[in-house]
Amino acid sequence: MTHIGRSFFLARKDVVGIVVLAILLVVVLPLTLDSFRLQFVGKYLTYAFVALGLVLCWGYAGILSLGQGVFFGLGGYCMAMYLKLEASSVENTKIQSTPGIPDFMDWNQITELPFFWKPFHSFPLTLVAIVAVPALFAFIIGFAMFKRRVGGVYFAIITQAIAAVLTILIVGQQGYTGGINGITDLRTLHGWDIRTDAAKTVLYFVCVALLFACILLAYYVKSSKLGRILVAMRDKEDRVRFSGYDVANFKVFVFCLAAALSAIGGAMFTLQVGFMSPSFVGIVPSIEMVIYCAVGGRLSILGAVYGTLLVNWAKTSFSESFPELWLLGLGGLFIAVVLAFPNGLAGIWQTYVAPRLGFLSGTKPTDPGAAPVAAE
Amino acid sequence: MSAHVISDQMNPDFALAVEGLTVSFDGFKAVDDLSFYVDQNEIRVIIGPNGAGKTTVLDLICGRTRATFGSIRFKGRELTRLKEHDIVLAGVGRKFQTPSIYDDLTVFENLEISYPKGRNVLGALTFRRDAAVRERVEEVASTIFLADRLNERAEYLSHGQKQWLEIGMLLIQDPELLMLDEPVAGMSVSERKKTAELLHTIIRDRSVIVIEHDMKFVEDIAHKVTVLHQGKILSEGPMAKVQADPKVIEVYLGH
Repeated sequence: MTHIGRSFFLARKDVVGIVVLAILLVVVLPLTLDSFRLQFVGKYLTYAFVALGLVLCWGYAGILSLGQGVFFGLGGYCMAMYLKLEASSVENTKIQSTPGIPDFMDWNQITELPFFWKPFHSFPLTLVAIVAVPALFAFIIGFAMFKRRVGGVYFAIITQAIAAVLTILIVGQQGYTGGINGITDLRTLHGWDIRTDAAKTVLYFVCVALLFACILLAYYVKSSKLGRILVAMRDKEDRVRFSGYDVANFKVFVFCLAAALSAIGGAMFTLQVGFMSPSFVGIVPSIEMVIYCAVGGRLSILGAVYGTLLVNWAKTSFSESFPELWLLGLGGLFIAVVLAFPNGLAGIWQTYVAPRLGFLSGTKPTDPGAAPVAAE
Repeated sequence: MSAHVISDQMNPDFALAVEGLTVSFDGFKAVDDLSFYVDQNEIRVIIGPNGAGKTTVLDLICGRTRATFGSIRFKGRELTRLKEHDIVLAGVGRKFQTPSIYDDLTVFENLEISYPKGRNVLGALTFRRDAAVRERVEEVASTIFLADRLNERAEYLSHGQKQWLEIGMLLIQDPELLMLDEPVAGMSVSERKKTAELLHTIIRDRSVIVIEHDMKFVEDIAHKVTVLHQGKILSEGPMAKVQADPKVIEVYLGH
């Protein structure tokens, strides 16, 4: 027996794929795009975190969530609250009737910072909250649903309802959340001005680095026994249950993980774009995020990144010329992918391109005793 | 988790004691006040016409269906209130009627998932495929005639091989009570013969409940036969006695 791929969780073709993506994001795009266009890519990449979470949650575990915008938004709002408090120092806000609180609170006759805003004075606490708040929220939803064996379409509808409810809540509680406009006019992170082109370039690279950390995490989970249990559950849930596993716990875990990944994306979005609003929380953005994942290929970790980049690039260039047609185009794209290429770009790659590039495909049988690799 | 040891009213030699078991679906009693006892290392075959409640009895024991009344005690421990996975951890294994395997995983991975280690989230994340796991998987794979197909996706196996794989998954789990629902159904003659051979090896040293229609096969393996009819026991005892029972002949064997 050989020991290929046993001590390390990445197969050779995965390493090649990651290196190619790294060259694209770290070298090719920064060298070929101007700072304005690069900022767009940086923004798109924040959605790739969500698509990555969906690959694990939907692709591997078969749990379709149509409310990932909720977690993207929660992460983004946590970051925005910290930045807003920093931008609302007493000297910056001395014309307000209550100096030292965010401007929208002042406009809404709020005279004291609400209790749930107070932890966001601290940067370390904010970093913890960005991951912990959405993960905890996902845990509560997941625990309530999966322990009761709610799944499939019902789960998707409930997540969609939660996205709608949260949007309405944020819009309605204007004094606490900034309402429909969201939290805007964010300026500095720990005293560092995030609005300059130089800062945005740095943030782009931070975003790319975090994305690769999350990609490696996703690969680890996929290649662990947990990853195989997720696939097994998607296929024959009862068989897994009657093999001694508490299936609900595994679903809760992967849903929380997807939520945490989305939230990191949301926080990076706030940093790079400079605001957060309820328009990234609701049903439409949540469904768009599922489309990124579907186009990339819902079983492919790297496909999620390419799918996100491609759909957003198409969205930007298409909606510049034909803004009213874009949503129709997006809907058409989704239907086309689901009907013709259920495994998305990654499926096209694996079926048509990779077999012609023998060294990348990794599908060649190595030697008869080689270790079994995890299912694609 | 508390183990209810009720030794005063129960023969401790029984592996499984089912008493007064009843389940009703909208008033229809699929299993009606059923009581039976399975000894340690006993092989019990349940037979009966379609709709007699055979599969429901297995569903009740493994927790897939909840009992309306009655008790199921396994080694003195009440199972009716345990969750499905806790019943498995208590030592009960179940094979489904249609082969229930994971098509998208390889034969190796199918067996590995049933290996009794790393069954919670953290354990599964940190699970390592060490030499002990590989050896055990390979050993079981050769028992179920699939040693040379370990790296193949399970969906490419034939129907009979899928049945063997699921039997292998139970074998690696090493349950003290093994429940098999029609293990030779839908098999070719040669597969049947091999399966019978396989079952003879795996039923050793454990209590087994088998549902089966193949009378030759039943005669071959059964220590005791329970005949179910309309959710109740019609007859029980050694095969010869059951076969001679006029009630059994009327509802079942005579057909």
